[in-house]
Amino acid sequence: MAAPRAFQRLVASELCKNSRGLQGLSGVVAPESNQKKKRTLLQFLSDYFYDMEALREYLLRRQILKVQRKNRSFLALKEHYGPYVTGAYFVLKLGGAVKFQGQEWMRPSKHGWISPSIGNLHSVPVEAVDVSGCVINYEGLDHILLLKELRSLSLQRCPHVDDWCLARLYPLAGSLQELSLAGCPRVSERGLACLHHLQNLRRLDISDLPAVSHPSLTHILLEEMLPHCEVVGAGWAQDLQPGDTPSPVQSSLQSTAHSS
Amino acid sequence: MPPWRGKVITKVVAECGALRGSGSEKLMFRRALQRGLRPGLSFRRLGTRRGGSTLDWDGKVAEIRKKIQSALPGDTWDPLYDTSHLPPEHADVVVVGGGVIGLSVAYWLKKLEKKRDAIRVLVVERDSTYSKASTVLSVGGIRQQFSLPENIQLSLFSANFLRNINEYLGVVDAPPVDLQFNPSGYLLLASDKDAAVLENNVKVQRQEGAKVCLMSPEHLRTKFPWINTEGVALASYGMEGEGWFDPWSLLQAFRLKLQSMGVLFSQGEVTRFVTSSTSMETSSGEQVNLKRIYEVHVKMDNSLEYQPVECAIVINAAGAWSGQVAELAGIGMGPPGTLQGIKLPVEPRKRYVYVWHCPQGPGLETPLVADVSRVYFRREGLGCNYLGGRSPTEEEEPDPTNLEVDHDFFQDKVWPHLATRVPAFNNLKVQSAWAGFYDYNTFDQNGVVGPHPLVVNMYFATGFSGHGLQHAPAVGRAVAEMVLEGHFQTIDMSPFLFSRFYLEEKFQERNIF
Repeated sequence: MAAPRAFQRLVASELCKNSRGLQGLSGVVAPESNQKKKRTLLQFLSDYFYDMEALREYLLRRQILKVQRKNRSFLALKEHYGPYVTGAYFVLKLGGAVKFQGQEWMRPSKHGWISPSIGNLHSVPVEAVDVSGCVINYEGLDHILLLKELRSLSLQRCPHVDDWCLARLYPLAGSLQELSLAGCPRVSERGLACLHHLQNLRRLDISDLPAVSHPSLTHILLEEMLPHCEVVGAGWAQDLQPGDTPSPVQSSLQSTAHSS
Repeated sequence: MPPWRGKVITKVVAECGALRGSGSEKLMFRRALQRGLRPGLSFRRLGTRRGGSTLDWDGKVAEIRKKIQSALPGDTWDPLYDTSHLPPEHADVVVVGGGVIGLSVAYWLKKLEKKRDAIRVLVVERDSTYSKASTVLSVGGIRQQFSLPENIQLSLFSANFLRNINEYLGVVDAPPVDLQFNPSGYLLLASDKDAAVLENNVKVQRQEGAKVCLMSPEHLRTKFPWINTEGVALASYGMEGEGWFDPWSLLQAFRLKLQSMGVLFSQGEVTRFVTSSTSMETSSGEQVNLKRIYEVHVKMDNSLEYQPVECAIVINAAGAWSGQVAELAGIGMGPPGTLQGIKLPVEPRKRYVYVWHCPQGPGLETPLVADVSRVYFRREGLGCNYLGGRSPTEEEEPDPTNLEVDHDFFQDKVWPHLATRVPAFNNLKVQSAWAGFYDYNTFDQNGVVGPHPLVVNMYFATGFSGHGLQHAPAVGRAVAEMVLEGHFQTIDMSPFLFSRFYLEEKFQERNIF
C-alpha cells in the first residue's frame, strides 16, 4: 500500500495520540485503564486489514529506531578528545545540559548547535549532567559512565530510563553525590534497590515515580539502605497534616495513662 | 436500533420453527432474514441509538443470528461436525510443549523465516492451565555465572532479550510488557576447596563479557552486614544483567506476540508419531535406519478423539516429559550400546521452593544468595518475605510422580544452613511452599539442543536442569537457526548436540543449584 507522505504523517500523529503500545507508557502504571479502550478508526482498520497492521508495526519500529539513533555510540571520539568531552558531547547532542568543573552550565542552542569550544575542555572533568526529559536509554548511558568524576546526575522525566539503567550506575559510585529520578515512568522499587552501590550519594530524589507500588515504604527501605543519603520525595511523613489527630490506640493509651 | 427491526426478527424466529425443512419458503425466509438484519436498510446509521438503551440489542441480534444459522443446513464446504477445538491437519513445524522454550522456538522460527507467513507453526500444549509446567513454577532467576562459555553466551543474549523485550515482543495496541525484573544480581559463595574453581569461573565469565566481580570475606561483611562469613573463602557477585523476574509475564508476552504472528495453538497431548524410514549404508558398510516423522497424533483431553497432523519438523520442548515424547519416536528402542539404544536422558526431578517471612531479615539490596551448602534464597517484594530452597543430593531425591511438598525437608535440610549463613533467619515463619520439576539431564546436567542423528526431523530443546528459563530466548534462536539454516549461526551450540550421549563426552556444567 503506497501511502502518500501526507497520509503517513496524519496516520503517525493519530497513532501517537491513540496507540497504547510503546508510546503509551502509562500502560505500565495502570493496565486496567487499557481494558476500557475505545476503538479508534486505526485500531478497527488494523484488525481487518493486513496492510494497516503492517503499516502500524512499521511506524512503531520507526519510533524505536529513532530513539536508538539518538543514543548511537560516540565512543570513537574518546581517543581523540578524551572521555569528558565525549560524554559532554553526547549529552549536548541529546538536548541535555552539562557542567564542567569551574565552568557554567552548557546547553545546545535552540537549533541543536553545539559550540566547538567544548574541544578545549578535554582535561576538565564534568561535574554535573542534566538530561531531564531526554530520550536517553541503556545504550546511551555508556557515555555518562565515562564521566568518572560526575557529582550530580539528573534523570528527571526520562521516558526510557528503567530498572536496567539504574543497575548500570555502579561505576559512578566513587563520585556521585546527587541523583534525581523524579517523574521517570519506568523506574520501580526493584531498580531503586540497585542503588545500594552508590555509597557516596547524599541526595536522592524519588518523587513522582508512578511505577513504584508503595512509595512511602520504598522511601523508608531506601533510607535504611543508604544511611548517609537524604532521600527526598515519597516521605511517609508528608501525608500527615500538621495538627493531625493521633491514632485511636495512642489516644486510648494516653487516656489510661492519665487516669491511672 | 429501531424497534421495528426487533419485531421483524421475532417474527422471523417464530416462523423458523414452522418453516424448517420446507423448500422454497426457506429461500424466502432466508431473504427476509438477510433483509431484516442487513444494516443498509435501516434509516439510522451504525452506532447511533435512540436514547441510552440498556437492552443490548446488538448482542441479542448476534445471538439470534447464530441460533438461526446453526439451525439452517450449512454450506457445502462446512465439515460435518465442529472441529474448531482440533489442531489443523497440516503444519510445517509442530512444537511439542507450550512452555517458555517451546514458545521461544516458535517465536524465532517466525521471526527468522525468509518470507512472511512462509512457515506454519503449531504449538501443542497438554495443559493450558500450566499447572505443572516448570516455567511458571520457577523462581525466575537469570545469571551469567556459569562455568561453560556457551552457557554464559546464552545468558548474556537472554538478558539482552529481556532488557529489550518490548522491541522483540511488543504488539501494537497491547500494553507494554512488564517483566518485573529485579536487577539485584547473584552472590555465589565458595568454601576453601571450591575457591580456585570459582576464581577460574569468574575469569571465564569476564572474558565472555559478563560483569562479575570477586569479593573477599571482609568485603562481604562491609557490603552485606547480615551475612555470616564463616566458612566462606571467596564470593562472586554479578553486577549487571543478573537478577530475577516474573516467568508468567514472559510466557503471556510470548503467547500474545505469537498469536499476533499467526502461530497456531492447540491443547492436546501428543500420543503417537508416525514415521517412515529409509535405510542407508555408512562408509564401513553398516546399515543405518534413518527415520522421518511425517505425522503427529494429537489427542484431545478427556476424550479418545485425536487429530493426525501432517508435519515436516517436530521440536521436542516438552520439558520434564521430553523423555517420554522421545520414546514415542522410537529413540532408545534398540540394543543397548548402539546409537539406536541411547535414550534421551531427561527425567523430571522435583524441587521445593519455600516462602518465609522474617522481619529482621536482609534489606532491599539482597541479591540471590547461593550458599556453599547449595541452599539459595532471595528477597520477594517489599515486605520482608524471602523465598528459597536447596537442591537435594542424589540419595535424598524426592518422588517425582506428584507435586506434594515435603515440609520436613525445610526443617531438616534447609533451615539449619540458612540460619548459619544469615543469623537473622533464626526467627522466621514459613508462609507457603510449592514444588516444581526440573527437566533434569542425568548425563551432564546441561541442555540438549539440535537434531537427533537417527530421527532426522526431531529437534530437541530440553534438559536444561533448572536453567532453561534463563536460556530460553537464546536457545529458541539457536534451534530456529538449526531448522532454517542447517547450522548454528550466532552461538555455536554444537557441544549441546544429542550425539555426545553416544560418544560419552560429558559437557558438564558445574554451577548448578
